[in-house]
Amino acid sequence: MRNSLFAWCGLVFFGVCSISANAEESEGAPWYWPFYDEIQQAQVVEPYVEIRSGPGRGFPVFYVAEKDEWIELLKRKTDWIKVRTVQGEEGWVHRNDIEKTLDATGEAVAFSDPRFDDFNSRDWEAGVLTGSFENASVNTLYVGYQFTPNLSAEISSSQVLGDFSQIWIANINLVHQPFPQWRVSPFFTLGTGMAYIKPKATLVQVEDRDEDTTHYGFGLRYYLTDRYFLRAEYREYVVMTTRDDNEEAEEWKIGLSVFF
Amino acid sequence: MENWFKRVLLISGLSVAAATPSAWSQEQPSETDEPIIKPEVEPRPVTEDLIDTENFEIGIYGGIYSIEDFGSDVVIGVKAAYHMSEDLFLEANYGMTEAGETSFETLSGNVQLLPDDDRDLTYYNLSIGYNFLPGEAFFGREYAFNTNFYVLAGLGATEFAGDDRLTASFGWGYQFLPTDWLSFRLDMRDHIFDNDILGADKTTHNLEFTTGLTIFF
Repeated sequence: MRNSLFAWCGLVFFGVCSISANAEESEGAPWYWPFYDEIQQAQVVEPYVEIRSGPGRGFPVFYVAEKDEWIELLKRKTDWIKVRTVQGEEGWVHRNDIEKTLDATGEAVAFSDPRFDDFNSRDWEAGVLTGSFENASVNTLYVGYQFTPNLSAEISSSQVLGDFSQIWIANINLVHQPFPQWRVSPFFTLGTGMAYIKPKATLVQVEDRDEDTTHYGFGLRYYLTDRYFLRAEYREYVVMTTRDDNEEAEEWKIGLSVFF
Repeated sequence: MENWFKRVLLISGLSVAAATPSAWSQEQPSETDEPIIKPEVEPRPVTEDLIDTENFEIGIYGGIYSIEDFGSDVVIGVKAAYHMSEDLFLEANYGMTEAGETSFETLSGNVQLLPDDDRDLTYYNLSIGYNFLPGEAFFGREYAFNTNFYVLAGLGATEFAGDDRLTASFGWGYQFLPTDWLSFRLDMRDHIFDNDILGADKTTHNLEFTTGLTIFF
């Protein structure tokens, strides 16, 4: 059984290898790729542009495109653009160098990645946070959409790993940033959600339960670089139990987010 | 005879050469701005969205996961990564394996510490990775491939023996890219979580060694 599994893995491996080898030879998109991207061109106006063998600052410069030469922009990985010269040499050029080239209309090529200071152009953000929920550890994943520079909506999923139980929490919340232009930007949040509480297996059998929750909180976003920020927040949860008293819980979290 | 023939040819050739520049200058068209062939295609600006970006990476992996006290077994999993820059990336993993028997169970015969259902181990983690030593690997004279040696640290949870446990993970890996969009990975991870199955709480180190195949898109 296991032998046949390995055999299959081997077959897949060689299949993929041969496909990738073919893809390298053909021009443009390979046959199985339905989205045929239009190849775009830019003209070098600086004395030269350095072309590297890989998408990183340390890869060797193996070719330079001269002034007035046209280069094709093939694809992009992080801040590096893969280009093809008229002579057919393919390599990687940093985004900053591409922004010094001109396109066919004579305009400088521009990239519009959102930066922390143009808070109108960012829409989506996502991040992960970790911290403590009533002395238990909590991990959170969230996605947010920004309606206006001040207001955004988020959905999140948290897992609380306690000594006596584990809790899954799903939340929807609104976030208000009064000063989105600040590099350290405070925010307030208000939301509601569901908590699914599962007692530990080593304890006496207690039934699993679902509860509604609401929460309010505040926090800080600190923009590290153009697209990444640290996020720290405090939340106060109210768990609406089916018993007479509601439960309250405090949560502290810190994490890293990116906006798109 | 031959000399004479050469001379005629030379003279006629020279005269043609002398005559042509003046002939060209006379034919200079008055409407100099009009190109003879008008391009039918309008010049297009470069649109950023049409450049294919390859910052996301997804893939599968398999290998060996050693659960402390419970032996080693095959682990399989899926991973997704987002490359934030040439140096940093975020990575999510989800994997599953199965616990074997502890030495105590094997020696004592029919004692079972865990029911069979609780022997499944699943884990997830979110890590931040750093491409510590990017480079090139050479195969023969003709081929050079990009590679990365990276280190990772992350947090997540492990579900084992019916409970979820907070798990920290540390590791390193080697990535080999046959093409821009395909990579093979060798990963070594230490998953650290507290375990109370054998009575008292103890911190366990669970080592995982995997080989993976990922694609960039």
